[in-house]
Amino acid sequence: MALLHTVNKSPFESNTFDTCLSLAKDGSTILLIEDGVYAATTGTGVAEKIKNASGISFAVLGPDLQARGLEGKLADGIKVVDYDGFVSLVADHEAVQSWL
Amino acid sequence: MKISIQINEGPYQHQASDTAYQFAKAALAAGHEIFRIFFYHDGVNNATRLAVPPQDDRNIGALWQELAKEHDMDMVVCIAAAQRRGMMDADEAKRQGLDADNIAEGFRISGLGQLIEAGIESDRLIVFGD
Amino acid sequence: MSVKKFMYINRKAPYGTVYALESLEVVLIGAAFDQDVSLAFIGDGVYQLTKGQNTEAIGQKNFSPTYAALGDYDVNKIYVEKESLEERGLTLDDLQHLVWEDEDEDWAEKDSIRLVSRAELADVLDEQDVLLNF
Repeated sequence: MALLHTVNKSPFESNTFDTCLSLAKDGSTILLIEDGVYAATTGTGVAEKIKNASGISFAVLGPDLQARGLEGKLADGIKVVDYDGFVSLVADHEAVQSWL
Repeated sequence: MKISIQINEGPYQHQASDTAYQFAKAALAAGHEIFRIFFYHDGVNNATRLAVPPQDDRNIGALWQELAKEHDMDMVVCIAAAQRRGMMDADEAKRQGLDADNIAEGFRISGLGQLIEAGIESDRLIVFGD
Repeated sequence: MSVKKFMYINRKAPYGTVYALESLEVVLIGAAFDQDVSLAFIGDGVYQLTKGQNTEAIGQKNFSPTYAALGDYDVNKIYVEKESLEERGLTLDDLQHLVWEDEDEDWAEKDSIRLVSRAELADVLDEQDVLLNF
């Protein structure tokens, strides 16, 4: 059963992103929202972690990237979605695990 | 799909209520049904009728009211969390012998069972919080 | 009413914030709905289950005895993440001994806490229909 995981914390502020990564199974999707979008930026150790989690799909909420002025710093392999895309992801997965 | 949303934080303090609102709006636009919005923890503060936010920024409470009215959306404020934080509707205030109530129109106070029911009856339940 | 797998996820320590207490309140009310309920304690959430909590000096209610009552509410699948305990220098011995009575086995007392690895917990999470976070 594929879960949609959301993470709303900066990886530099809390361990939420790491916890999510450690409990997300291959085939699931991790959507970064709110302050969680900082995990999608280049030039950080987090980008390596994302690359190594090859069985997991990563997405980031575009509006939260824009709000934080991060659009030019997006790491590779992360799909940008808007709120409509967020809704689609919810519909396409069996359940949602909101990591807070 | 029937979608329910749990909101754990109050307006402005965290982005939770904002994100939940944008999500709910998009879900409705996509033709989904919002079964229930359930406000828990400090989320009950979204229901205050006394907020006067600055004019040049969004009025979160009002946005929820408008969305709920337009789509006949059920917005529930948890009674246990509300009592702790001093959020009262008229009936509850009277029952408690208090001289004021502060729940805005469109929000109703009810028990935690409404959250469980939302989980049972909906196809998806999403939590927004801190 | 259909039966769904409900999981309550706890990742925060008690008393510093209200989430532990108010999450427990949902579990108790939820117990009346006859769903397939599990609790997961991950990260600092494991601190909620420690023995010997004495809240007198901080002036808060000590709600830790409530965990011991969960068995009576048919809430008996309590997953505790092994790595989270180890990282915090804790063992199962530091946690309350939570039990439930199996009426199908002559009310035999059984452990409610299931110590699981991250990998095992990931599998359990994947099976859930409704995941509540606080």
